[in-house]
Amino acid sequence: MTVLGVPAPERQSISRSQISRGRRFKNQLAMGLILLAIVVAAFPLVLLIVYVVRRGAPIISWRFLTKPIPAVRRAGPGMGPAVVGTITMTLAATVIAVPLGILGAVYVSEYGARNPIAHLVRFMSDVMAGVPSIVMGLFIFTAFTLKTHKLIGLGGSLALACLMLPIVIRASESMLALVPRELREASYALGTSKSRTIMTVVLPAALPGITSGCLLAVARAAGETAPLLFTIGTLQAHSNWNVFKGTNTSLSAQIFANAQQPFPGAQARAWGAALTLIAMVLILTVIARLVSARLSVQSS
Amino acid sequence: MTVTTIDSAARPSLVGHRKVADTGFRWVALGCGLLVLVILALIAIFTTNQAWPAFTHTSARFFTSTTWNPGHTKVVNGQQVADPQLGIWKFVYGTLISSLIALVLAVPVSLGIALFLTELAPPRLRTPVVYLIDILASVPSVVYGLWGVLFLVVPLSHFYKNVSDAFHSVPVLDSLLKGQEGKSFFTAGIIVALMVVPIITSLTREVFATVPRAQKEAALALGSTRWEMMRTSILGYGRSGVVGAVMLGLGRAMGETIAVALVIGSFPRITLNLFKGGDAMASVIANQFGEAQGLQRAALIGLGVVLFVITIVVNMVARGFVSRSERAAGAAR
Repeated sequence: MTVLGVPAPERQSISRSQISRGRRFKNQLAMGLILLAIVVAAFPLVLLIVYVVRRGAPIISWRFLTKPIPAVRRAGPGMGPAVVGTITMTLAATVIAVPLGILGAVYVSEYGARNPIAHLVRFMSDVMAGVPSIVMGLFIFTAFTLKTHKLIGLGGSLALACLMLPIVIRASESMLALVPRELREASYALGTSKSRTIMTVVLPAALPGITSGCLLAVARAAGETAPLLFTIGTLQAHSNWNVFKGTNTSLSAQIFANAQQPFPGAQARAWGAALTLIAMVLILTVIARLVSARLSVQSS
Repeated sequence: MTVTTIDSAARPSLVGHRKVADTGFRWVALGCGLLVLVILALIAIFTTNQAWPAFTHTSARFFTSTTWNPGHTKVVNGQQVADPQLGIWKFVYGTLISSLIALVLAVPVSLGIALFLTELAPPRLRTPVVYLIDILASVPSVVYGLWGVLFLVVPLSHFYKNVSDAFHSVPVLDSLLKGQEGKSFFTAGIIVALMVVPIITSLTREVFATVPRAQKEAALALGSTRWEMMRTSILGYGRSGVVGAVMLGLGRAMGETIAVALVIGSFPRITLNLFKGGDAMASVIANQFGEAQGLQRAALIGLGVVLFVITIVVNMVARGFVSRSERAAGAAR
């Protein structure tokens, strides 16, 4: 604010002297603490990444990623079955959760204006996103594993799909909401039905954003351990590409098991698996960011 | 696009056909939306059904006892009979105390980062900090646990020993800061804090972004320092959103399983000594479920039910706070 008639330099000196030393100190202290907060968050992350890379990198090789898992006491490479299990089970979970989630988001966003059911679905998917992953594991154990008496990859995939569903719904819904109204109206004006408009106009327009959101959900699922513990058997030494038959394992389950072992060989494999898992998750996250960056370029 | 023919006889059938497809699509979408409600209901039904024996078994005293001893036996008429004791309160305590430690550590850091990102950060610094938060959020829980148990535990136990020695004659703090176990409530709290920071940060950031510009400028025009502006207008205005974000963080912290299972010590006990080991609800399920049978398994599933109910309630209340702050922001515009 400028006050007429008061020359600028004088005004500045008045305002500066009016802030008491105590207030100025408090202000500087607060700014310092805010910067400290970033350091406090960054320090353990850097420590963790450096440590995982230092311990994990020496053991990673093509053989490590493909060979069967040796007995716990033995040293040497082999995490192939875990890599296979993580990929196949996460893929199966994606195949289940993504179409259902996108259609659910379509209902909430396209049919949901002033609709109490849609409002409830939106609220409950937020709530469902907060349900602990171990509860999803227990749910699939009681609803699927106990009924079929089978420890198979599909059980893990179902639990992961339950975990992904609310994330996919919320991400897709917020992207659908960004599609301009005019696009839909233009389509209706051409005589297109609502379902065709959604399939051919609205969903393609929101596709980059939805893809990005789904990739983040996939990344989240790929790193999960708790939903798999009781549903897939987890002790599988040979690669199993079939999620419908036979026990399976995953990188996360192997890390969890090997972290509790006193044997250096097992611990080394845990570090290698951790680095592999972080790399997979980060690659998915980066792709998701790139896709959504493309989206923002398009919309601007 | 379908080209409608002039032939009037063909039109009604085409329209009818399209109408069926349209309604069908609507119902399929509705079904997928309702799936969320159905799954939540099924979770409650199936898990409660399996946990029922533990809830109702009188001598297990699931809800009333602090004793967890699944292998306990008693002698009846000279014969040993299984008499599992399945009280859950030590695990409830462990979950609450480790989540509280996590929040005490994570909330100030998250608020600081959110304030930095919305108010202070030059664009050049904003992107790296956002990436930092993203990476923090994307590291899997089990990797935090692995790092905690194979790296962090040893230096932390030395640190705990020094701290507890330093405070051993200070009242209150001497009992809180007692113990020197690397695997402890406090270690679990630190690890969970790392996982909760990204959640609270991103939510509070959204809340802070809705504070009207006029509000902030008014505070500055009245002569506030930057910090006073943040305290009065941003934190004051976004209070209910911040409360909601913190509660969502609490929900996440209580459900955190794998990392906690690795670093909390797996020794159920109720103590105020934060540097000693304990156990938590989610982690005891992960650690004991594989070998559990019969009533013990029912009790572990029952712990899952309790966890489910608590997190559902916490999340509902939290969402209520967040949407209230969103409505307030909408009204101010």
